[in-house]
Amino acid sequence: MPQTPAVTFSAVTRHFGPVKAVDGVDLTVAEGAFFAMLGPSGSGKTTCLRLISGFERPDHGAIHIFGQDVSAVPPHLRNVNTVFQDYALFPHLSVLDNVAYGLMVKGMGKAQRLAKAEAMLDLVKLADYGARKPAQLSGGQRQRVALARALVNEPKVLLLDEPLGALDLKLREAMQDELKALQRRLGLTFIFVTHDQGEALSMADSLAVFDKGKIAQIGTPAQIYTQPATRFVADFVGSSNLLPPALTQALGGPAQWASLRPEALRLADSGPISGVVQSHRYLGTGTRISLTLHGTDLAAFLPAGSPVPAEGSRVTLTFAPEALHLLGDAP
Amino acid sequence: MSPAIFAATTIASRLTGVFWRHPKLLLGLLLAPPLLWLGMIYLGSLAALLVQSFYSFDDFSGLVVPEFTLTTYAKLASPANLSIILRTLLMALAVTLASAIIAFPVAYYAARYARGRWKAVFYLGVMLPLWSSYLVKVYAFKLILAKEGIVTWAASATHTDWLLNAALALPFVGGASLSSSYLGTFIVFCYVWLPYMILPMQAAIERVPLGLLEASSDLGANARQTFWTVTLPLALPGVIAGSIFTFSLTLGDYIIPQIIGTSASFIGMAVYQLQGTAGNVPLAAAFAVIPILIMLAYLTLARKAGAFDAL
Amino acid sequence: MPFNASRGLKVAAGAGLAFLHLPIVLIFLYAFTTEERSFAFPPPGLTAQWFAVAWARSDIWPPLILSLQVALFSTLIALILGTLISAAMAGAKFWGRESLSLLVVLPIALPGVVTGIALRAAVPMLHLDFSWITIVLGHATFCIVIVYNNAVARLRRLSGAILEASADLGANAFQTFRYVLLPNLGTALLAGGMLAFALSFDEVIVTTFTAGTGAASKTLPIWMLDELIRPRQRPVTNVVAIVVFATTFLPILAAYYLTRDTAQAAVAQK
Repeated sequence: MPQTPAVTFSAVTRHFGPVKAVDGVDLTVAEGAFFAMLGPSGSGKTTCLRLISGFERPDHGAIHIFGQDVSAVPPHLRNVNTVFQDYALFPHLSVLDNVAYGLMVKGMGKAQRLAKAEAMLDLVKLADYGARKPAQLSGGQRQRVALARALVNEPKVLLLDEPLGALDLKLREAMQDELKALQRRLGLTFIFVTHDQGEALSMADSLAVFDKGKIAQIGTPAQIYTQPATRFVADFVGSSNLLPPALTQALGGPAQWASLRPEALRLADSGPISGVVQSHRYLGTGTRISLTLHGTDLAAFLPAGSPVPAEGSRVTLTFAPEALHLLGDAP
Repeated sequence: MSPAIFAATTIASRLTGVFWRHPKLLLGLLLAPPLLWLGMIYLGSLAALLVQSFYSFDDFSGLVVPEFTLTTYAKLASPANLSIILRTLLMALAVTLASAIIAFPVAYYAARYARGRWKAVFYLGVMLPLWSSYLVKVYAFKLILAKEGIVTWAASATHTDWLLNAALALPFVGGASLSSSYLGTFIVFCYVWLPYMILPMQAAIERVPLGLLEASSDLGANARQTFWTVTLPLALPGVIAGSIFTFSLTLGDYIIPQIIGTSASFIGMAVYQLQGTAGNVPLAAAFAVIPILIMLAYLTLARKAGAFDAL
Repeated sequence: MPFNASRGLKVAAGAGLAFLHLPIVLIFLYAFTTEERSFAFPPPGLTAQWFAVAWARSDIWPPLILSLQVALFSTLIALILGTLISAAMAGAKFWGRESLSLLVVLPIALPGVVTGIALRAAVPMLHLDFSWITIVLGHATFCIVIVYNNAVARLRRLSGAILEASADLGANAFQTFRYVLLPNLGTALLAGGMLAFALSFDEVIVTTFTAGTGAASKTLPIWMLDELIRPRQRPVTNVVAIVVFATTFLPILAAYYLTRDTAQAAVAQK
């Protein structure tokens, strides 16, 4: 029995003056998925999020949430909640009242809504913070309050707008694990927006890469990483060597753009790539060396433990044929 | 199974939907009352004033002749009226310059050096006189500048009467006593408008990022050079913003010259007297149009110089 | 960049500040002088009799009450209109936004004589009589910008998304206004209202044009103006001056404490 997808975009377009922020986007997010929208700033991913929550309206196309057309539905009537980028906690309310706000405006009685709010705070590990004001909390704590405030309403879809951007690295990684665990536990559909490709790859079940208002590619993280569809995706998601058609041909492939991940290259006695090492950078997990071939800079990632050739020395590199991935761009 | 969409159960909820679909409607509703008020009452009366200035006044019958004519404006060019205009302009200029000079150290100190409790002291110290009664302040100066008042007493106590008498003997600006000379009028204007000059100046100086001053000294400039080439140009919008107030307020004031000064007329007094018992509204309107034109020109120039961000 | 100001700067700043306050101190002093007819300094003697005299005089209470009445109504109107405008400006940009903020500032940017004579010319056209209502018409117009400035300064400091967050959580527009916008804007509006009150209570230039000629539309500042030109008992005028000062001082102080965090935040942002 096919499930109704949580969110569907059908040829959605949104202009801001002459600029097309979202340009003919088709999208399907399955129920219960952890879906990421990835792209650089200005690519349209945040606008798409706001189209789902209702703070933007499409100029063309239709948006369906669980099969229902929401074009005429204002934000407060959509069973969708958002965790905002700057958390947008109400400064004049306590943490507990912040979390209970959604229940309060829907008319739930005081005792009941405060109990639910307490339970939710417990879920995000802020059990004793109910009486505090948002100004007294750290960034990470505020983020969790924002999360609790959204989740307590049991929305059909939870939207997260660059939720981890303001946190430092360690905290960010801890929150990534927590969000993932929470989503699995609650079984809700999460859609989150980020410009950090590492975050998208590690958290999402499926993701869409946005480029200038269009979706460049949708797929699982593995698909997107190993089989990028275009130069843009190959370059934006992880770093990659982008081979112009002439170079691809020289390495044994057709005259097309191709992508070759640095970690797919290995030192060898003989191989198609040969050049002088121009620089190397020690990264802890390995060393990244760069050389030039046919006018293109190539990077190779040599894992820790492998011999590191000196700068200026001549090296030969090889790769497995399936690692040379052809891209869809016009030559 | 909870629904993906909630139904709009209350009127408030339905109205919100309407506002969401038609955001301009909400905007229109919000702006209608204030625009009606400001448009009808304020702009409307300004328009009526402008119209009046193109009418003329029949001295014999004492009635306004509602026919379009430029003779009223031509009357402004008479020597007596021109001198009124010139007098007011010169006073406004002098007051603006003087207040700027007096205000600057206060604003600079409050912006750069006052910390903690002192910042509150300076803030309140400027705000309270600003908002305390205008008439009280003018009245205070009538006391101070009176012939038997504190200035004369202080001058004789410190043996500086010669300075006071020399000032009073100055041609044109001097007089019998401070409270009946242009000098007195000038002093009171400066006093009353000083807070209007200090506050925007202070705000503008505070906005000059400390990093820029540090960069300047890092590049080798001494304190004086940093002041003239970095602080002052960046604080200029605030100075101009303050000058808008002092200039505009001086142009239109008719009470201070009446209470302290010679019996000579300023634009404000001319307007008041003409429309009052004389009933010569057209000429009064014509006089009133002059500050409007000057201020509009000044405001446009000031906006170009970035003063509106400092207001 | 010297951390401490030079001696000269400190002296100049202090002198400027003293210059601002000295005259007011003198007013207070002269309320106690025994000399009734002149402004001789130093005052020949000190007495508190004038306070009782002022209390008893019949021509002071009506203007005082009228001023309070006018200030109250002007503040109320300015609060409503100022809040509406700032709510409209809080949202997205719209055509005419800059012109609107200019329009709001105009009543206070143009000289008082202009506003005064314009209103005076307009009142007969509206078929109204000059009365305390026409005074309120004038006062409310330039008090709008006071409320508006305070509201906009506070709105700028609020996270823009909290209004959206409220809607996102299911609140309709009216609930958002009541539970989120009003509580956060409240103290700023109160401060704006207090400042507007003080401004209206003290205003004299526009009032002289929009008041009638009768005693029924004589506000306290107009009374003071008459006394300045044709004084009866000079120290009584000083007593009234003290009352006026106190009536404006207290709202200003209250407004300062209400918006202190906004001002501090604005400074701290630099």
